[in-house]
Amino acid sequence: MVHFTAEEKAAVTSLWSKMNVEEAGGEALGRLLVVYPWTQRFFDSFGNLSSPSAILGNPKVKAHGKKVLTSFGDAIKNMDNLKTTFAKLSELHCDKLHVDPENFKLLGNVMVIILATHFGKEFTPEVQAAWQKLVSAVAIALAHKYH
Amino acid sequence: MSLTKTERTIIVSMWAKISTQADTIGTETLERLFLSHPQTKTYFPHFDLHPGSAQLRAHGSKVVAAVGDAVKSIDNIGGALSKLSELHAYILRVDPVNFKLLSHCLLVNLAARFPADFTAEAHAAWDKFLSVVSSVLTEKYR
Repeated sequence: MVHFTAEEKAAVTSLWSKMNVEEAGGEALGRLLVVYPWTQRFFDSFGNLSSPSAILGNPKVKAHGKKVLTSFGDAIKNMDNLKTTFAKLSELHCDKLHVDPENFKLLGNVMVIILATHFGKEFTPEVQAAWQKLVSAVAIALAHKYH
Repeated sequence: MSLTKTERTIIVSMWAKISTQADTIGTETLERLFLSHPQTKTYFPHFDLHPGSAQLRAHGSKVVAAVGDAVKSIDNIGGALSKLSELHAYILRVDPVNFKLLSHCLLVNLAARFPADFTAEAHAAWDKFLSVVSSVLTEKYR
């Protein structure tokens, strides 16, 4: 089980409290689809994904991004208990959504980059390290029930 | 995988800004790498890795200078980095997974320093460019 120090938890929660989760969610999912276009394979029903501006302006992308990032908020409230927190979601991603867990790592890294653009200097190497630990642990938790 | 004209333009124009902070970007990228991915320190047992160390600064400059060489010869990255490719294949033998980690930390650094320039399109171009650089550096591994 991953253990987060008090400093790591503080680094995570302080930035999270300043984030507009709705906007950031759309940005994160949008960037995933732009930077790693093969991830679009999961979103055939989303309509126009033909260009970066189409993707970032797409209302379905924004809505789904918000959903994903809101769920990430659960991770932050349960940093000591991620595997249990994401057990059901893990089963869903395996059995119904058929998502390769590699994609969780890609999204995690995109989120880290978005945090960097929003927080600039405040996103110090130490703060980044705490977030990398979190996104990695969430990715592992989401893959935990795969079979 | 090769870069489109648009992607090359994005890289080259951003590099003009980046090169003015090249040395600090290099050092900070390595700091981020060692903090976020401590296993990468195993390649530097001979270094003083404390933030601000002279060796870190020198090595950071080296790394960013090499990226700069790739930018300046963006139409022929393989040619520009041929010697460096041999160095990594025969002497350094850094496991290929680490190039992704270093690339990510450089992107984080660019995103933090140039948020307005680091649009989704620029992010995609840089990710792809660093992926090409990484491929060149590992292409002689076996």
